[in-house]
Amino acid sequence: MQAGQAIRSITDASAQWPAAGEVWRTLTLQAGYNSAIVVLAATMLGLAAGIIGTFALLRKRSMMADALAHCTLPGIALAFLTATWLGREGRSLPVLLLGACITGILGVAAVQAIVRHTRLREDAAIGSVLSVFFGVGVVLLSYIQNLRSGSQGGLNHFIYGQTAAMQEADAWLMGAAALAAVAVAALFFKEFRVVCFDDRFAASMGIPVWGIDLLMMSLVVVATVIGLQAVGLILIVAMLVIPAAAARFWTERLGRLTVLAGAIGGLSGYLGASASALLPRMPAGAVIVLTAGALFLVSLLAAPSRGVVAAAVRHLRVRMRIASDHFLRAMYEHLEASGASGTAEAIPLRAVAAERRWSRVGAAVLTFWMGQRGLIERRDGSAALTQRGLDEAMRVTRNHRLWEEFLVRYAHMAASHVDRSADMVEHALSGPIVAELEESLRRQGRMPGARPPRSVHPLGAGDAA
Amino acid sequence: MNPSLHEFLSLDLPAMLTATLAVVACGLLGNFLVLRRMSLMGDAISHAVLPGLVAGFLITGSRATVPMFLGAAAAGIVTVVLIEAIRRLGRMEAGAAMAVVFSVLFALGVLLIQQAAAEGVDLDADCVLNGQLERVFWFAPAEWKGFAGWGWLGDLPRELVTLAGVTALVAAFIAVFFKELRIVSFDPALSTSLGIPAGAMHFALMVLVAASVVAAFEAVGSILVIGALICPAATARLLTNRLSVQVWLSVALAAGAGIAGYILGVHGPVWLGGQNALSAAGMITVVSGGMLALAIVAAPEHGIVAKRLRQGRLAVSIAREDLLSTLYRREEGGNPGLSLPEAVDSLGGGRVARRAAAQARARAEVGVEGGRLALTDRGREEAQALVRAHRLWESFLVGEAGLAADHVHPRAEVLEHITDTAMAARLRAAPASGKLDPHGRPIPE
Repeated sequence: MQAGQAIRSITDASAQWPAAGEVWRTLTLQAGYNSAIVVLAATMLGLAAGIIGTFALLRKRSMMADALAHCTLPGIALAFLTATWLGREGRSLPVLLLGACITGILGVAAVQAIVRHTRLREDAAIGSVLSVFFGVGVVLLSYIQNLRSGSQGGLNHFIYGQTAAMQEADAWLMGAAALAAVAVAALFFKEFRVVCFDDRFAASMGIPVWGIDLLMMSLVVVATVIGLQAVGLILIVAMLVIPAAAARFWTERLGRLTVLAGAIGGLSGYLGASASALLPRMPAGAVIVLTAGALFLVSLLAAPSRGVVAAAVRHLRVRMRIASDHFLRAMYEHLEASGASGTAEAIPLRAVAAERRWSRVGAAVLTFWMGQRGLIERRDGSAALTQRGLDEAMRVTRNHRLWEEFLVRYAHMAASHVDRSADMVEHALSGPIVAELEESLRRQGRMPGARPPRSVHPLGAGDAA
Repeated sequence: MNPSLHEFLSLDLPAMLTATLAVVACGLLGNFLVLRRMSLMGDAISHAVLPGLVAGFLITGSRATVPMFLGAAAAGIVTVVLIEAIRRLGRMEAGAAMAVVFSVLFALGVLLIQQAAAEGVDLDADCVLNGQLERVFWFAPAEWKGFAGWGWLGDLPRELVTLAGVTALVAAFIAVFFKELRIVSFDPALSTSLGIPAGAMHFALMVLVAASVVAAFEAVGSILVIGALICPAATARLLTNRLSVQVWLSVALAAGAGIAGYILGVHGPVWLGGQNALSAAGMITVVSGGMLALAIVAAPEHGIVAKRLRQGRLAVSIAREDLLSTLYRREEGGNPGLSLPEAVDSLGGGRVARRAAAQARARAEVGVEGGRLALTDRGREEAQALVRAHRLWESFLVGEAGLAADHVHPRAEVLEHITDTAMAARLRAAPASGKLDPHGRPIPE
């Protein structure tokens, strides 16, 4: 770097944004032949890899796919060397991809042989095979580089991918692969499903698990090999794993999962390749992967049932409900102690909060929430139960005390030890259990009608904590 | 000083030492990764530090060690945390979480490198894979007297100094916490009950992996890092059952691979008549992979050959025992002995059967009378013990385990070979055992 040259922030792209018209033309494949080819091919690749990756993900073969991709490098180099040695054009794509296929499969076989015949586990087998095959590839590439200047050009591109070199035939190849992936997935959908979710069950049904695994792995090989040119062998694993992993957040059904993974993969390829065409110095492979990564992040956060936000909201809601149950019971016990029993009585919140040692802020948030739900009516510093609140408080108190009763009578716990455990169970008692407990109390004559029974232990400040 | 020695000191020695230290530091940590089945974490980290490395560079604008190191170490820790977070939050398998995290971070790194290239930065994607070992050189003093004092230390290449520091740190960590690491690796639940914080050890290990990866990365590139993390440790694991021995072995293997790989890569082609060096980092990985392959095949206890030999010996020994009990049963029934071909046939034929027959004769358990094999006294004694075990098991399986009499033979056939006298005595004492077995044949005493 030259001294004095200011380093611009890498986010400083003000002069580089393309015009809206150009964005539109690229997205609608009208921005020239080459760019259209690249965008189409990347979309097809994303679609194929997404569908294939679904099965790899469910079969827990994500890192195996990564190993396979890395193992293609020596094959590419060897294919080049062999072709050159035979006097053919070394850079012919089909030859290179054939070599890639062969060593990729050899690598997977090596991993499986190591796992089967030695004490090394799958992780060590994958890591060592991946690095050693890749190391061989790098040594061969350094040899090729020394052969004749210029002739090796292009081989390095398989590592990081180079979409600019793609031609119409490549787009056709990827389209055909996508079609084949869809066809195979549809044809063997039932077998794939059983093998993915329960391979032993599959074996007992007479499905050849080994053969189905082989078929799935062959699809992974296909996706890897056609993806070498576009995204490169290091990042192809992302095209396989990320769409399926993202789709997994949205659905529990394999059919939808497969379609969704294909869609997410295709969208990543489409958007990524378009962005790469529009902006300078954006390598397509990396941008496609980052797009997929962004879609994954959105899925992780925002998916309705498995998403992080939804789970956090659910969790918070349950906690609020439990806290509200506790607060209602504390209020009810306060009413009991003061001899009053009704909705009119204003109960000082501070005294209730002190019962369970609620913090002031916590109590304020909680009482606001309860007020919103119509359980209490707040006046400043105190609150009265509404009719609904009173019913709810009586129900909770009754459940709590019934469970205490059960623990004392049947689990033979000391009356002084049951409060805490009842605290946890009271929220989850179902109707039939409550009815059964009530019946047992009634037989003893300790069930005073609609009101909750007496507590098995003395109540007092801090006691319930 | 001899000029060629000076050249060696300036060019080969620093590069070789740097590469070797990189392999040793990673190899040491690899022991615990391999044991804990977390080898791929090293793989993921070594891919994912790339954006940190580039970001450290872009922010400070220099190739100084500290910012790049900090950036990459931060990226390493972020990787570990992200993988764990995604695994838990997304309820995903660890391998898939790793693949998602490292590929996205690596893509980010590639993008950043491309962006940086516009700023005239000489970081390129290829050096990420291959490292820049050829850039590691040392302006060694030209004369021996230049080594007086400590001034020459200051001129040592930066990569070498960094790696030496990291290697020392890793070695010290393992030496101090060896006991804890061992327990955490083999039995995390036990370690927690002993009061060893498994989580903290895990995190410390991951931070050290990130630090070693970063220190090694710039000099030798990412492939060598992954190979170094896994191959020496995996090789050592196949050679011994003791962790302390395994750790020392892995250091020796790593150092051997580093030196041999470097020499092969840089000088090997010249010896073979070529002109240009091959990738040293790649060659080191290939050498360590070769070591692993050799261990897989030929390790004394866990190698494939040793296992096959053990299985073969066991098969022959079992076939020999079967031959003895067959001959005993024929004697019992008043039938003549078997000719050698008949005996081999009765054992299912093949090499194992022939060797079993030969072994029985060599051990003087079987003699030849009139062209037929017959038990010697010694052989009869052993055969009797086997038949006794067989029939005792049949009695036991029918009388105690409630199996049908026509179903117990195959099981007894297996069990007879692993029944010692103490076990036979216990079977004899079982209520079900009488004078005869379930098929009405006498149980020898």
